[in-house]
Amino acid sequence: MRERHDQSHAYDGKANCIMPIQGGQHHGGLYKRPFVESFEETPMLVAVLTYMGYGILTIFGYLRDFLRQWKIERCHIAREKEEQRDFVPLYQDFENFYTRNLYMRIRDNWNRPICSVPGAKMDLMERASHDYNWTFEYTGRVVHDVINLGSYNYLGFAENTGPCAESAAEVTVKYGVGVASSRQEIGNLDRHEEMEKLVAKFLGVESAMAFGMGFATNSMNIPALTGKGCLILSDELNHASLVLGARLSGSIIRVFKHNNMQSLEKLLREAIVHGQPRTHRPWKKILIVVEGIYSMEGSIVRLPEVIALKKHYRAYLYLDEAHSIGALGPRGRGVVDYFGLDPCDVDVMMGTFTKSFGAAGGYIAGKRLIEYLRSHSHSAVYATSMSPPVVEQIITSMKCIMGEDGTTIGCERVRRLAENTVYFRKRLREMGFIIYGNKDSPVVPMMLYMPAKIGAFGREMLKRNIGVVVVGFPATPIIESRARFCISASHSRELLDKVLGAICEVGDVLQLKYSRHRIQPSLVRPFDDSVYEDIDD
Amino acid sequence: MVQAFYEAPAYHLILEGILILWIIRLLFSKTYKLHETYKLTEKEKEDLIEEWQPDPLVPPISKDHPSLNYDVVTGPPSHKIIINGKECINFASFNFLGLLDNERVKQKALASLKKYGVGTCGPRGFYGTFDVHLELESRLAKFMKTEEAIIYSYGFATIASAIPAYSKRGDIIFVDEAACFSIQKGLQASRSFIKYFKHNDMEDLERLLKEQELEDQKNPRKARVTRKFIVVEGLYINTADVCPLPELVKLKYKYKVRIFLEESMSFGVLGEHGRGVTEHFGVNIDDIDLISANMENAVASIGGFCCGRSFVIDHQRLSGQGYCFSASLPPMLAAAAIEALNIMEEDPGTKCCSVHSNLTPGLRLVGVPFAPALHLQLDRSSGSRDSDMQLLRNIVDYCMQRQVALTLARYLEKEERFLPPPRYVNVGGNHASWVGCSQRFQSDPWDELAKCKNSTVKAVELIVVAVPHTDQYDLQSNNNSRRTDKKE
Repeated sequence: MRERHDQSHAYDGKANCIMPIQGGQHHGGLYKRPFVESFEETPMLVAVLTYMGYGILTIFGYLRDFLRQWKIERCHIAREKEEQRDFVPLYQDFENFYTRNLYMRIRDNWNRPICSVPGAKMDLMERASHDYNWTFEYTGRVVHDVINLGSYNYLGFAENTGPCAESAAEVTVKYGVGVASSRQEIGNLDRHEEMEKLVAKFLGVESAMAFGMGFATNSMNIPALTGKGCLILSDELNHASLVLGARLSGSIIRVFKHNNMQSLEKLLREAIVHGQPRTHRPWKKILIVVEGIYSMEGSIVRLPEVIALKKHYRAYLYLDEAHSIGALGPRGRGVVDYFGLDPCDVDVMMGTFTKSFGAAGGYIAGKRLIEYLRSHSHSAVYATSMSPPVVEQIITSMKCIMGEDGTTIGCERVRRLAENTVYFRKRLREMGFIIYGNKDSPVVPMMLYMPAKIGAFGREMLKRNIGVVVVGFPATPIIESRARFCISASHSRELLDKVLGAICEVGDVLQLKYSRHRIQPSLVRPFDDSVYEDIDD
Repeated sequence: MVQAFYEAPAYHLILEGILILWIIRLLFSKTYKLHETYKLTEKEKEDLIEEWQPDPLVPPISKDHPSLNYDVVTGPPSHKIIINGKECINFASFNFLGLLDNERVKQKALASLKKYGVGTCGPRGFYGTFDVHLELESRLAKFMKTEEAIIYSYGFATIASAIPAYSKRGDIIFVDEAACFSIQKGLQASRSFIKYFKHNDMEDLERLLKEQELEDQKNPRKARVTRKFIVVEGLYINTADVCPLPELVKLKYKYKVRIFLEESMSFGVLGEHGRGVTEHFGVNIDDIDLISANMENAVASIGGFCCGRSFVIDHQRLSGQGYCFSASLPPMLAAAAIEALNIMEEDPGTKCCSVHSNLTPGLRLVGVPFAPALHLQLDRSSGSRDSDMQLLRNIVDYCMQRQVALTLARYLEKEERFLPPPRYVNVGGNHASWVGCSQRFQSDPWDELAKCKNSTVKAVELIVVAVPHTDQYDLQSNNNSRRTDKKE
């Protein structure tokens, strides 16, 4: 095993920050702490081998499709109804080439059903496939105590005991689970109002509004904020929900390179100077849409610079804290807290309750914004309001993080998550793996590159009783397949050591220790020009 | 030539020389550059940036905007409901089968909470699939007698994700004008070519289909790859009408168009076993390509589902955005839905009772008599939407003061493609169908039934009384009284 020196990676944000073209400020001064983010370049040999791997898979795919067509190989795909054979096909066969010939081979790594709390350890339902993953059969056995590195349980609030579960149970007894009406009609419970006040207090903003689904919070509220004649500047790696929301809004969308402030500033300047396309009218407003932590890259948004740019160019900022709320910052208040900024500088704060709070749904918070949303949000008018026990889980877990329950459990969890993250990332890097992202991000992507290794890594880890998430194309660029670990405050140090031991072992077997130990300046991450917008959540 | 050159006068030569030079210059000089003059200097750019003033992020909202201050419900929104501190009989939630406060459902949810906790902490793909989800999916498929079902964690997102999973840019969707908002969002997300037909007008639909057929004959190559869909609702939430499903199925096979059916209002309500419109009309469920419904009305949980043949439904597992990219449904809500299905299967009982005949001048009940949500609308409009809305709002307030909770159907007026008529009070039929379920669940059903019937009559009477009153109702004083109510 190669030894690695960590300091070679560390550098301070100051040295690597770019001077804005016009602003005149030295943006390095905006960071109160070193901003360490690395994206080690793909080794050439690995890239070539990866492309070859896809090439071979494609050739075999065509071969097998040919065999299936001539009925030499049995075809397992569900078929169209006889009477509807002469309809236009519901989806094109070639669209599913990838699914049929690549995804199907390693399908057992996804949708693994669990039958316990998604905590630090979970129980998996054992399943077997006798036809190469076309169908699964549940053996009825349960794989106990699989270490969970896949769930977004950052602060460990996915629990079935303790104050959260108890109060959720009480509320279930009192209110039931449904609401059967929308917020504007008669589905506005007192619990909803209480939760929204608490969320606003937690974030340090004027007011907040909650919605039943994180995905819909983005896709249904962006259209309420922008419309025709507005411009949305969106990070290229933004989540599918943000992309959908931007499309539904009818605004013009321009994409800037991931976390690249030069790219953003260039777009902002051009937009204001040239106005709308063809008519050259000035834009009504410009909305910058970024995420706190990018769930596939593990990177943290360069928020101080974004805010400086936004102020200078009078744009508005929409910050999606789906992964960062609760998981970042000394007080768990997300990326704003992490950088020590004023929450009022962010116009629209969005986040979800699914992850750190172990509940479901999402919120939008901000100044002078919520009144408008309460009367104009699609969700408030047409969608059923949130389930009372879910609301209660949010209230209790949030109070715990704020220390309002009279304990320091919340604080400790935030601290433990930060420690676990730094430790886990440091150890992996020392082992020689290529790890993407910021040193403080609890989302830890580890590069696998080759398509065959996606399946192999997932299966080998499961053999060692560890559940990990592996992702490949189309959730990532074609050659950047990766495994992703989500660190939780509920992971003990021993548990992490056990996991690290297993990863090291599997890494040797599969030859995953790609890192060539090079110093990587943060901003020159190798971009591949194709813009891929839909990252998996 | 040379001779001529010498003989020519000097001024002539000079002039010609100048002319030649001029021509050379014209030939070689650069043409007038347009863009150079348009190119902005850095200074000008700075000025433009300085000059630009964006609109505010959101327009200011007046404090007394009618939809700004929500009514606050304390306690469970079941048969009796406490709105703004006042106890009312609930005629406003879509709790059609009264399963919201059903003890069995609650117990199952609690048991699930003890086992799994609340949240799932992940999307279905990444350890967010629980055994309960698989059970609910197979139960739904069994209940609906289809091959497969898929669940979503949010009712609104179900059809809004399902439509764009199949229909892409260039495809054609025929849709009813009265389609609900989540269908409209799905259509928008699909970026397909949308053709609206008049509400429940099959002739109009056939006209559009014929038009399209002619178009297809002109360009058969394009027609071979253009998917066509009809999107309708089983029971329209906006009008309380039922779609003419048998005719739609005929048109489907005649013109080779697929049918997507949204059944949020009819699932669990229509048909002998509550399977919805297909059962109501006795249409073979296999003839419908996709059925979607939410589990927030009759099932009284959260979320939604789509069901149909595996060939259709399985496609959503990788291309339904709301399925792939969103956290899965909390297991306790799935468990509650399973128990609700159990109850519905055990005793399919009567679903609704009719109160149609009881209404009087001024208000009109629209839609089919067996709709669980009763839509009342003004017989004649006063001319402007605002004043109609105000009148209806007064009726709702009047009833609320007399302990009957009704609700005004809310719409985002600017966002709706075809704004439903302005004269609607939407009375969620909780009450009417509550009669049906009370027959099943209460220890002394006839007593309960009688009580319910009484309160139905009471509600209807109140509305009747409210109409003449509100005609002369001083709006100002009404507003005041409402405010004082709140203070109390």
